[in-house]
Amino acid sequence: MNHIRKLTIALAGAASLVMVASACSSEGGRQDTAAELDTPELTIAMITHEVPGDSFWDKVRAGAEAAAAKSNVNLEYSSDPEAAKQATLIQTAIDKKVDGIAVTLAKPDALQGAIDKAVEAGIPVVGLNSGIEQWEEAGLTQYFGTDESVAGEAFGEKLTEVQAQKALCVIHEQGHVGLETRCSSLADTFDGDTDTLYVDGASMPDVKSSITSKLQEDKDVDYVVTLGAPYAMGALDAVDDAGSDAKVATFDTNEDLVGAIEDGHVQWAVDQQPYLQGYLAVDGLWLYNANGNVSGGGKPVLTGPSFIDQSNIDQIKVFAEKGTR
Amino acid sequence: MSHTLTLKEPPAPEASEKTLRVGQRSFLRRFMSRPEMGSLLGAIVVFAVFFSVAEPFRQASSLMTVLYASSIIGIMAVGVALLMIGGEFDLSAGVAVITASLTAAILSFQLNLNVWVGAGLALALALTIGFINGLILVRTKLPSFLVTLSMFLMLQGLNIAVTKLITGKVSTDSIRNMDGFASAQMVFSSSVPIPGLGVSVRITVLWWLLFAALATWVLMRTKVGNWIYAVGGNAESARAVGVPVARVKIGLFMTVGFFAWFSGMHLLMASGVQQSGEGVGNELLYIMAAVVGGCLLTGGYGTVIGAVIGALIYGMTKQGIVYAGWDNNWIMFFVGAMLLLAVVVNMWVRNQTSKR
Repeated sequence: MNHIRKLTIALAGAASLVMVASACSSEGGRQDTAAELDTPELTIAMITHEVPGDSFWDKVRAGAEAAAAKSNVNLEYSSDPEAAKQATLIQTAIDKKVDGIAVTLAKPDALQGAIDKAVEAGIPVVGLNSGIEQWEEAGLTQYFGTDESVAGEAFGEKLTEVQAQKALCVIHEQGHVGLETRCSSLADTFDGDTDTLYVDGASMPDVKSSITSKLQEDKDVDYVVTLGAPYAMGALDAVDDAGSDAKVATFDTNEDLVGAIEDGHVQWAVDQQPYLQGYLAVDGLWLYNANGNVSGGGKPVLTGPSFIDQSNIDQIKVFAEKGTR
Repeated sequence: MSHTLTLKEPPAPEASEKTLRVGQRSFLRRFMSRPEMGSLLGAIVVFAVFFSVAEPFRQASSLMTVLYASSIIGIMAVGVALLMIGGEFDLSAGVAVITASLTAAILSFQLNLNVWVGAGLALALALTIGFINGLILVRTKLPSFLVTLSMFLMLQGLNIAVTKLITGKVSTDSIRNMDGFASAQMVFSSSVPIPGLGVSVRITVLWWLLFAALATWVLMRTKVGNWIYAVGGNAESARAVGVPVARVKIGLFMTVGFFAWFSGMHLLMASGVQQSGEGVGNELLYIMAAVVGGCLLTGGYGTVIGAVIGALIYGMTKQGIVYAGWDNNWIMFFVGAMLLLAVVVNMWVRNQTSKR
């Protein structure tokens, strides 16, 4: 009897040790937390046009993961910057019979066929981040993102306000409709001159050297506008290298940038809150599945623009350090 | 001494030597020593892996998606494999696809042409690019690496610059509602339902198989096929026995040009617009498909069937990882590892079967 009791205690001890160990090793993972939830398990595919390794998408994904973990959602994230390949990824999600698809419409025409198929298959599709002009027509049920033209216009007004003379708008992804819109809308409201520069966003050395050359060539540029946080940091180096007096302002933020704004190296950042976009897209699909809810009332749900500059950096810094802003 | 010996030997044992050899090398071994057999084994392994770990991979509709993804690389790989057997490779093939697509879209829209006329002009341009690649190569005797790398960079720049210059944007205007688009879409980018299975196969898959069959026939059954192997094996000896080496090489580059045009037409007809910055990096995937399929980088060896299997391995791996739900951050690592595995298996099989 004693023997058995001892054995039971030992076994129980071992089991609890295993449980503790497994609890530790799965920290940050979603499976274990999900197991505690009693809502039905859903599989949601998020398919973006991410250029691999961009911090912006890391935050979109962090938001999506957080929403997934809270709602017993199995999130399957995939991406390809090339439109045809992104369309194929949508097809794979349809084949997997997922419960919802969240997709970015950077190149809407090329994705239309695949989106139609998803809709035909009865899979709800929501948009995030890009495609604010096209999402409704494309057959998506909801959209989470910023109005790029509103953000661009706000940026242009700010440039006018600080009496900038000539802005250089740096586009890091060729043919991305949203980025093009930012630059053209900025030019609309900005009183000074605007010039556009294309750089290869997948190669930071290329970004830097392209901006450097441009600044060397055109001495009138007094504001370099980048469309993503990492490129703002690259632009700072480029301004140094070129021996230029140009200031740097940007769209989007990351942890690095927070420091740069604090120190006054980067003037401001217009934030579209990528974490929120990822979070809301997953949550929107979950609500649609669970309760038939549709956010936005037929209009896009805006996640920005919000300005980050020295006046409010202290508040945002806390979250930026966690990698969520 | 040895001379007389070797000279004397052949007549008598010839017949028995031959039967001996056939007897020693079993049917299986001869079968396995074909260039594409290693990659077939690799394909079976990759298929088995995803079939067991990824539940959606087992559906017919998923298989069609895999075949489609493979065909996009595979169509180009047919041309690239022919070129590689002929001893050269083409780094400009990836962006040449986009050049063809942009040309057709811009010419059709700007000049208000029937889409088919635009496509025809794009074909002429794609063949010209191949011709120029080949001509520079045979005239200067520079390695294909340098010639086609230069062409790659020039085309990359032209694609973006000319598109921006003409359309004012980085993508073309939509040609979707223009004359001829609907029929062109039927030919280049439609789906064909498979009776009984309830799924449709993308038309590129059918074209791919047709092109592969045609190329295999040329390689195996025609004089031109012999020339291609000869030119890739040893250009000097080929020339010595009267093979028109320069014409064969230029022709092979033009063949790649043709396939680039075809792939470009598929991209364009799928959506009606073309982004100018795409295509970079795909040339390496075409080469990879051919190499995985048993073509040697040095030329003179390999088959088109092998390249077909190589593209299939790529397609299965790329989509299979998504079906399996593996972390997206690792995707290119897995693709690379799978391809490496396929090449190693391929080489191992070749070494094993060439031993006696």
